[in-house]
Amino acid sequence: MVKNTVLTPEQTNKALKRKRIKSKVGKIFAMCFIYFVLLMLYAPLIYVTVYSFSSHKITGLWGEDGFVLTNYISLFNMNNIYSKEIWSATLNTVLVAITAGLFSTIIGTLGAIGIYYLRKKWLKNTLDFVTQIPVVNAEIVTAVSLCILFVFIAKIFNIERTFFTLVIGHVVLTIPYVILSVQPKLEQMDPSLYEAAMDLGATQTQSLFKVIIPDIIPGILSGFMLSVTLSLDDFVITAFTRPNDVSYSDIKFNTISTYVDAKLAKGGLPNQFRSFTAILFAVILIVMIVMNIKSSLNNKKLIKKETN
Amino acid sequence: MEAALKRKRFNFRGSLCMPYGVFMALFVVLPLVLIIYYAFTDANGHFDLNNWKVVFQSVENWKVIGTTFLIAFSTTIICILIAYPIAYILSNKKFNKNAVLVYIFLLPMWINFVIRTNALKDLLNGITDLLFNVKLTSTHPYISIVIGMVYDYLPFAILPLYNQMLKMDKNQIEAASDLGANPFQVFIKTIIPMTIPGIISACMMTFMPTMSSYVIADKMSENSKMIIGTLIQNYFLKSTDKIAMHVGAVLSLVMLTIVGVTLLIEKLLTGKNASRKEGVW
Repeated sequence: MVKNTVLTPEQTNKALKRKRIKSKVGKIFAMCFIYFVLLMLYAPLIYVTVYSFSSHKITGLWGEDGFVLTNYISLFNMNNIYSKEIWSATLNTVLVAITAGLFSTIIGTLGAIGIYYLRKKWLKNTLDFVTQIPVVNAEIVTAVSLCILFVFIAKIFNIERTFFTLVIGHVVLTIPYVILSVQPKLEQMDPSLYEAAMDLGATQTQSLFKVIIPDIIPGILSGFMLSVTLSLDDFVITAFTRPNDVSYSDIKFNTISTYVDAKLAKGGLPNQFRSFTAILFAVILIVMIVMNIKSSLNNKKLIKKETN
Repeated sequence: MEAALKRKRFNFRGSLCMPYGVFMALFVVLPLVLIIYYAFTDANGHFDLNNWKVVFQSVENWKVIGTTFLIAFSTTIICILIAYPIAYILSNKKFNKNAVLVYIFLLPMWINFVIRTNALKDLLNGITDLLFNVKLTSTHPYISIVIGMVYDYLPFAILPLYNQMLKMDKNQIEAASDLGANPFQVFIKTIIPMTIPGIISACMMTFMPTMSSYVIADKMSENSKMIIGTLIQNYFLKSTDKIAMHVGAVLSLVMLTIVGVTLLIEKLLTGKNASRKEGVW
């Protein structure tokens, strides 16, 4: 490849120009690809958002009245049976996510600390292995295994599946992620701090809460966030562990995902669900934008500090 | 002095993992044992291999298993083909200065996947209805299932690839092209080998969930095509037959075996040194 000819300045300039054009074309091409895939990812949500303003029963068609807000108005009309269903499913989803998130954060954080300080190697390895099971296992196998367990318990102790079994299912799903987000923080921790606290007269519990926990709090928080996210997105575990019959209401216990599933199986979602999807989409967009602006502001502050 | 010694012997911090250990034993290990127990017993709790016969003698079930693999493989391959260039572009500072684009790719993941699948189904049917006057989900169930799965799992494929590519040594790529490799050679000989762990974990992130997400298969094919997940669900949630749960347990064991084999293949491909933690982003 290396030639011993000397390039004239003109030739060098030309070659450089060609290279620049080439990289520019490559860049445009790459950006086109990125934006095309993004468009594909967002198209369904945008489509539903657009048709959330149509009063027609079928998504994709406009009613005779054209662009209207009826879906939005009836979504917030609590006397409407469909709106009631949608909001109760939403409430259930959030309730399960937060309860399960709290439980798995507490048990998981203690578990991660415990595993980290265990002296018995075999116990440590066993627990690490068990932590991996729900992560790598197919979700449906986890769900089936829990379903069998609850049926088994129901047979022996005559206890039906309740809200609590559903929470247990979600804790099983999310607890490994708490462990996995807390563990790295424990490894970064300065081990002498705990010893120092003990030497200065703190009790074990005091040093746990005043030294270890404050040090690993970022890991705990991200573990909690991750559990809530996973729980909100779940369908399979919910379908297999939710209460079969709720005595205090005539409808089955539904979260948003099981609600959509059940409605689609029975013919279709109500119109209001389109406006619900649109609102959800808008809320998430806004949250994301606010978070991004905040982090970019923080970055600017950091840069300013550095330059000062 | 004695108290201090006692404190030394009793591992307070280690004992904190007790609730976790009990919880996992009760709700992760015990249920798996119960699956095995159910798979080998009949409704009265006696040892019985009839469940296995029911599963494997039916031609239908074999077809379903075939369909599952077909869909899972096609989804994984398409996901990687789309996700790889995206991850490469996103990890390149030239195109993506402050990683905002990555968030934009991950954002749809915050909306429940059943809702997104439903929206996608509406869109696909709307488009094909407009153009060809047919509904894609009822005329081409396979294609629409794969589209649905790719749509839902693409972010899961992008993330591990992106993380791997951030770690990539950019100097090697420059060195390769300075030493006279053409862009294609650079890609095959330096970029691909450096991102193999990412490719493998991206494959795992898409292949495993596609096998159990029967909701997508149901919705995108108007309930006309089944995958293993659908079968298991039918046995557990829709059948009142006494033996149904036991047959479902056998199918779950089949699924567990597939998971095990996949993990084994992953282990063989990545070797001993690769840590598991990275695979789980």
